[in-house]
Amino acid sequence: MASLSDILISFFLVVAGVFGLVGSFGLVKLKDTMQRIHAPTKATTLGVGGVLIASMLYFTLVKGSFSFHELLISLFLFITAPITANFIAKTHLTKHVPEEDLPESEQTYGWAVYNDPPE
Amino acid sequence: MTARLFPHPLLSLVLVVVWLGLVNKVTPGNVLLGAILGVAVPILTSPYWPNRPRISSPLRAVEYALVVLWDIIVANVQVALIILFKPNARIHSHWITVPLELTSAEAITVLAGTITMTPGTVSVTFSADIHSILVHCLHTDDPDTVRANIKGRYEGRLKEIFE
Repeated sequence: MASLSDILISFFLVVAGVFGLVGSFGLVKLKDTMQRIHAPTKATTLGVGGVLIASMLYFTLVKGSFSFHELLISLFLFITAPITANFIAKTHLTKHVPEEDLPESEQTYGWAVYNDPPE
Repeated sequence: MTARLFPHPLLSLVLVVVWLGLVNKVTPGNVLLGAILGVAVPILTSPYWPNRPRISSPLRAVEYALVVLWDIIVANVQVALIILFKPNARIHSHWITVPLELTSAEAITVLAGTITMTPGTVSVTFSADIHSILVHCLHTDDPDTVRANIKGRYEGRLKEIFE
């Protein structure tokens, strides 16, 4: 018998699956590294988030016990995802993008990847 | 005395909550162990965060978290739509320079993380004197609006929270 909680949990699982798939598809489809970074940092957040919400609902509604782990996973994800993206982007700049291709920093000093910080 | 024991009360609280979350069970023993961690870790790590800013209005911080959470959902849908329905030739990516008014390292870190998690933008690097941030935008026809959005929606709020 499909109860309301089953339907709710399945809904979040399907949403998560769709966003995870789209994020991965974006990695293949988009045409350069900088564009590809966007796919896993955004679309996948909701992908993982949906699974975590479904998991919390399952433990709360079906098993009758509240689970904190999902909240922690999303917290850690929000902290680590931007850092990973930032590292990949910086490495890409150093290896493949000449400074002239970027806009001006509009400050006294240029971008930190190419210029030493002031003392 | 209290200041000596709890140099960073918020960090202590976060540690206790995260510890209880990790063991996933609230028992007196776990609370005690969490409390010990909450006291020991801030004291041991205090040399690593000199001059940290005060969070002047916690309520604003909560509001900021909700705004960002909502924007993350919107960002996910937007990026998914761009990936699925926009042909590659019609995706116009831009580099955008955003001048910063924030000065504290913590506030700028939060801003950079927010930019990466929200609509179509990834923060890439800073100018060497940390007065500008370089942002890559997946698709926009109007870079100025994106810049105004980042400054108005996020930087303004962070300024109120941290300064």
